[in-house]
Amino acid sequence: MSEIALPKIDNSILNRKIEIVKKLSKLTDRENILSEADELRPYETDALSVYTQTPLAVVLPENTDEVSEILKYCYSENIKVVPRGAGTGLSGGALPLQDAILLGLGKFNKILEIDYENKCVVTQPGVTNLGITHAVQHKGFYYAPDPSSQLACSIGGNVAENSGGVHSLKYGTTTNNILGVQMVMMDGTICRFGGKSFDQEGYDLMGLICGSEGLLGVVTEVTVKILKKPEVVRAALIGFPSIKEGGDAASEIISSGIVPAGMEIMDKALIEATDNFSKAGYPRDAELLLIVELDGTDSEVNELIKKVEAICKKNNCSSLKLSNSEKERLSFWAGRKAAFPACGAMAPDYYCMDGSIPRGKLAEALLEIKKLSEKYELPVANCFHAGDGNLHPLIMFDGNDKEQLRKTEEFGSEILKTCVRLGGVITGEHGVGIEKRELMCEMFNDNDIQQQLSIKKSLDEKNLLNPGKVYPILRKCAEEGRVHVHKNKDKFPDLPRF
Amino acid sequence: MSTKIKINSQIFQDSNNVYYPKDEAEVSDLIRELYKQDSPTEIIGNNSKSFIGNKTQSANTTSLSRISGIVDYRPEELYIKVKACTPINEIEQVLSQNNQELAFEPIDFGYIKTGKSNKGTIAGYLSCNYAGSRRFKVGSVRDHVLGFKGVNGKGDIIKSGGTVVKNVTGYDLSKLIAGSFGTLVALTEITIKVLPKKDSSKTVIIYPSNFEQIYDLFNKLSSSSSEISGAVFIPEQSKDKDFTSKKNSVFKFNDLKSNISFIAFRVEGDKISIEEKINNLKKELELNNSDISTLDVYQSEPFWKKVNNLEIYQKTEHNLIRMVIPPANGSKLCKHLENNHNYFVDWCGSLFWIEVNSKKEEKIKDLKKMAKDFGGYLTVIKTSSGYDYGEAIFTVDKVRLMISEKVKQSFDPKRILNPGKMYRGV
Repeated sequence: MSEIALPKIDNSILNRKIEIVKKLSKLTDRENILSEADELRPYETDALSVYTQTPLAVVLPENTDEVSEILKYCYSENIKVVPRGAGTGLSGGALPLQDAILLGLGKFNKILEIDYENKCVVTQPGVTNLGITHAVQHKGFYYAPDPSSQLACSIGGNVAENSGGVHSLKYGTTTNNILGVQMVMMDGTICRFGGKSFDQEGYDLMGLICGSEGLLGVVTEVTVKILKKPEVVRAALIGFPSIKEGGDAASEIISSGIVPAGMEIMDKALIEATDNFSKAGYPRDAELLLIVELDGTDSEVNELIKKVEAICKKNNCSSLKLSNSEKERLSFWAGRKAAFPACGAMAPDYYCMDGSIPRGKLAEALLEIKKLSEKYELPVANCFHAGDGNLHPLIMFDGNDKEQLRKTEEFGSEILKTCVRLGGVITGEHGVGIEKRELMCEMFNDNDIQQQLSIKKSLDEKNLLNPGKVYPILRKCAEEGRVHVHKNKDKFPDLPRF
Repeated sequence: MSTKIKINSQIFQDSNNVYYPKDEAEVSDLIRELYKQDSPTEIIGNNSKSFIGNKTQSANTTSLSRISGIVDYRPEELYIKVKACTPINEIEQVLSQNNQELAFEPIDFGYIKTGKSNKGTIAGYLSCNYAGSRRFKVGSVRDHVLGFKGVNGKGDIIKSGGTVVKNVTGYDLSKLIAGSFGTLVALTEITIKVLPKKDSSKTVIIYPSNFEQIYDLFNKLSSSSSEISGAVFIPEQSKDKDFTSKKNSVFKFNDLKSNISFIAFRVEGDKISIEEKINNLKKELELNNSDISTLDVYQSEPFWKKVNNLEIYQKTEHNLIRMVIPPANGSKLCKHLENNHNYFVDWCGSLFWIEVNSKKEEKIKDLKKMAKDFGGYLTVIKTSSGYDYGEAIFTVDKVRLMISEKVKQSFDPKRILNPGKMYRGV
């Protein structure tokens, strides 16, 4: 994709590569260090694969003490560090830097303790999200947040991004489902926030770390809450003849007092794409498809299904199917879960956006996106977590065409600005990373960003941990007139800007 | 009028030297001026919870009580945006018109202080982050905050979050502000998630015979898919006659034997599903031959209010401790507390409210050690009049204190806001 500004490369670090690798091999097993060009290639990017960078070296430590020693060394030698989980992030949060160590947590792949009495699992950060559920499901328990990449994404990455999923209205995101973390700070200090009990008193440092995109520390252990699986789960698949009617039905379900376990909306373009791809049996004549999932006890779910049915009929739904078996429920989801590959099959590349909007603004947002799609002459399909307002427009384009690339980026950026204008935010669950850095000024003013940078500075004074991510580069923001810069000096000249 | 003149004027300041800024801009002006003068201030709202925490060492007091009122309430979007010192009563009243509520069940600390209700403001709840009995199911105050605006220790107006549930744009400062006791920002606006009220509720009472049985029941309750939304254990404690008679009168209900130890658990929802859940739980807990009773909705609702008002400790003159530990260690703690202190257990075995009848620090020191050993923490919520503060009223370790100091520095470098309210140096 287009050029992206990264922190200035420190050539003295590049020149010392051999010495640095040698020193690192004293801090962990030599086999855990990758420094040859062909070894580094798999680590050049995360799931936002349009940006690539070759790291100085990749280090794969095996325990917390090693992480601490490595960070302590990097801190003393002013070497930048980019932490990485499973590399499934969609915003470039784990994009390496040429003069930085890429610290991979892939070897932290063990579940340390399953504690049913305290309803929690203590795990290393490299364990996958779904791996936790797999470890406890034989006793009827599960871990609630379910990002679509749950098969591959690691729990450490989930903490860094505060990942959600389709059930986050009812069950919350990562921050609401973890009890404690162990973390190593950039200077090597090992700390522990929370534990196996609720609401550790004092500053909620666990809450601060969750969603901080690897800028404040490296998480080496996570304690997550596990829940008992609901007795009954049923889903409804409902087609609507217009976006407005479907959107209104979704809003009415919420305002009637129902909190669905999941509620998803797909537009016509996505209904067709996914139905072609996965043969899910979706109503192809519908302009909008609503999937509502309800859970609880048998009578509770039946009661709620009746209410949802009545609301949808009142809002002129064109079709309505209820799942009568677990197999049927999963078939309702099959298309939705295949949304990304389905778009991948329709165009050489697709670009997945991730804004949040108030539920009631869905029709307005989709109309605006349609207009933009015509303006940029690029097809787009939309899926929407209607329960929590998270919108994922998927722009389809050809990455080999430079002009289309540029237009795609601009299109994406305009979509996110629309989300902010409608009262939403620029990222619901994918994180800011490198991708939406410059859009931070759409949401935050100078004071807001300076406060966040002050926190960064207080915990990582040399700005060595994952620099260049999340916060806008001063020059760019100033150019766009969003941050007030007077005589080329910003308000806090002592703060590192990048 | 310049801020300097305003600060010294009678309009801005009452005879007790309390500042009453009326909007966000005035809060910002005031704190900016205090920052210039290196003059710290205590931050208060409606004073309902100001007794919690250390006494701040500051020459000024700033009351945010005039920053009150509902800004934007969207029932269909499940949020309410209010000015920081909007009274909880006002918010709950508006929400109930749309059959919605603050699901974290605000604790009414007025009873322990004066014997009367005084819920205070939403900013107070956010600053303390103390949730009621429903916490283990729905989360704490921090889990319901979507965003805020406030003024940091330099006088800058800052914001974080928004009105949507899913938001990972920048650091989640709403979490950091929750439980920060006014030491990071003076709050001016808060957006909070609201949820629909449940149609009805019932409470089942069990009379267990020993601590192992109690914790076995708690474990089965929290492992059930028939979700409960509250579970407390109220012990008999016959040694302290005054306390026993108070307890018996607070929990005097037709269908409850309050003179012996009991567990109470609450089931909420529509009427049919309540019956279904209770029947499921009776089977899972093997209660069919046990002595149990059920409080209908007319008894169940006031019962949980009394629990969340801490009414059995009303007007207590002793130290009142709030201890949270992993529930697996609960029965050991109960054994220690029995015959030593008046206490009860909430959050399905995890939260202990303990009355410590002593002015000396030793007993609190012992309990704090125990809390730490069990993997938890304690806070002295209310101190007795002669408490010597020999033992800190919060629990913190060295590393967390060091990080807390750094975080404080980033918001409030000159320690203008509530200095020392939580820890020395913060």
